[in-house]
Amino acid sequence: MNIDLFFQYIVAGLTYGTIYAVVAIGFNIIYNATGIINFAQGEFVMLGGMTAVTLHQILPLPLAILAAVIITMAVGALIEILFIRWLDRPSVLRMVIITIGISILIREASLHIWGEGVRALPYFTGSSETSIRLGGVFVSPQVLWVVGISAVMVILLNVFFTYTLPGRQMRACSANRDAARLCGINAKNMVTLSFVLSAGIGALGGSIVSPITYVQYDSGTQLAIKGFTVAILGGLGNSAAAVGAGMILGVLESFSIAVLPAAYKDVISIAILLLILFVRPSGIFGSSEAARLSEF
Amino acid sequence: MLRIKNLEAGYATLKVLRKVTMHVNPGEIVTIIGANGAGKTTLLKTVCGLLRSRDGEILFDRQDIRRLSTEEIVFRGCSLVPEGRQVFAPLSVRENLVLGANVQYRRGKQAEVKNDLNRMFGLFPRLKEREKQLAGTLSGGEQQMLAIARALMARPKLVMMDEPSMGLAPLIVRDIFGIITRLRDEGNTVLLVEQNAKAALGIADRAYVLETGRIILQGQAEDLLSNRDVQRAYLGRDLDSETDI
Repeated sequence: MNIDLFFQYIVAGLTYGTIYAVVAIGFNIIYNATGIINFAQGEFVMLGGMTAVTLHQILPLPLAILAAVIITMAVGALIEILFIRWLDRPSVLRMVIITIGISILIREASLHIWGEGVRALPYFTGSSETSIRLGGVFVSPQVLWVVGISAVMVILLNVFFTYTLPGRQMRACSANRDAARLCGINAKNMVTLSFVLSAGIGALGGSIVSPITYVQYDSGTQLAIKGFTVAILGGLGNSAAAVGAGMILGVLESFSIAVLPAAYKDVISIAILLLILFVRPSGIFGSSEAARLSEF
Repeated sequence: MLRIKNLEAGYATLKVLRKVTMHVNPGEIVTIIGANGAGKTTLLKTVCGLLRSRDGEILFDRQDIRRLSTEEIVFRGCSLVPEGRQVFAPLSVRENLVLGANVQYRRGKQAEVKNDLNRMFGLFPRLKEREKQLAGTLSGGEQQMLAIARALMARPKLVMMDEPSMGLAPLIVRDIFGIITRLRDEGNTVLLVEQNAKAALGIADRAYVLETGRIILQGQAEDLLSNRDVQRAYLGRDLDSETDI
């Protein structure tokens, strides 16, 4: 493998890694607010992509994406209000079953609405053949869009959680739910907000990546597994670690193509998921102490 | 201020409180003493809505708050400093305090928050020194001070404190109780639940003794301090060896 090819694999890995990280951050936000894994997270990504593609027929690209994000956020809020809000301290198993049910529901509804066709937004700049030469590596401009927008999103999220009142309230809720209620914070609204945020992040990710990966009614499942692997790899609830873990998984997958047939690409992430769950369930960046205390 | 009548509460099949009746008047420190498992914490949790009561009446400011959510009860001015402090460990001291003022924002009094913050730093200079530190890195006593200050940031009419002396060194307990007295002198109303009966009765105006979910004794704090049953059961005085020849 020469040096240029090596960097080409790295770039491909980082692109996919970014998407995995975005899905994982969606998992983490809801996990932090509720202590549960929302297995419908991948469906938010798919929904965002599909809606954006449909809306792009009548709206210019940026508006179509914005509208898709808002619609998916509304769907996220609706799901929380309909299926989760009225439950009084549900068990983890019950929540797992409910979110899996929701994911099947969204997937089947999408099949009904959009059919089985594979769709994609156009490249934001140029076409699938355009590429920018960085040193010896050819990079599609869409990759820069994906990485750039994701980076801005992570920074904005960070600002939201650190400096705004609702951000602080959400952190207080995840640190100590009862104490947050004793401060007069409506914990249930914070859970709704976490679903809205996760849905929005997923939808934005789904839109910007669709030119590269395409989107189909069932593409959420794949992404959910990858995102879940990354969330576990980084340590559940830790969004900064999720970014690092996403890059690790993306690059590993990308290099696996060099040694294994491409069909085995997904095996890598499943193998990592199993390995982590057996050996270090708290994640590579997590503390095992904290993991022992949590329910999940 | 607070009036509880025939309150019954518990967990699942376990009945913890049995027909508890008590009240707190404005401007006084009332203490509830009792052994482990007597139902002290359950009582406070029920009042602030973290636990649903089964029967009875809880009147706060003459209004029934028994069916209200915790958020609403706090908004109306009844705050709890929970057992074991429960500070937001991964947040800074300042953030903890600002979050305590959450209901002030809802009342449209955000202008007062900055003032209150300085008032708290005046009351607890240690918190000022540690303003930027994460709450989880504070010592036990400092965390207790933070928990009290956080509750006060909501400008409550009634502050309920659950075992503020738990796990603290005697000197720090003295500090904390000094602060509670000071709060009362400034016009606050305090409902104090304590296992450390001697210290609690020392600063309280009135007191109740809770045993296995029932109020078995009540009265002025100094009367209870000299009550023989209370002395034997809660103040650790061995009356039999104190010869009365």
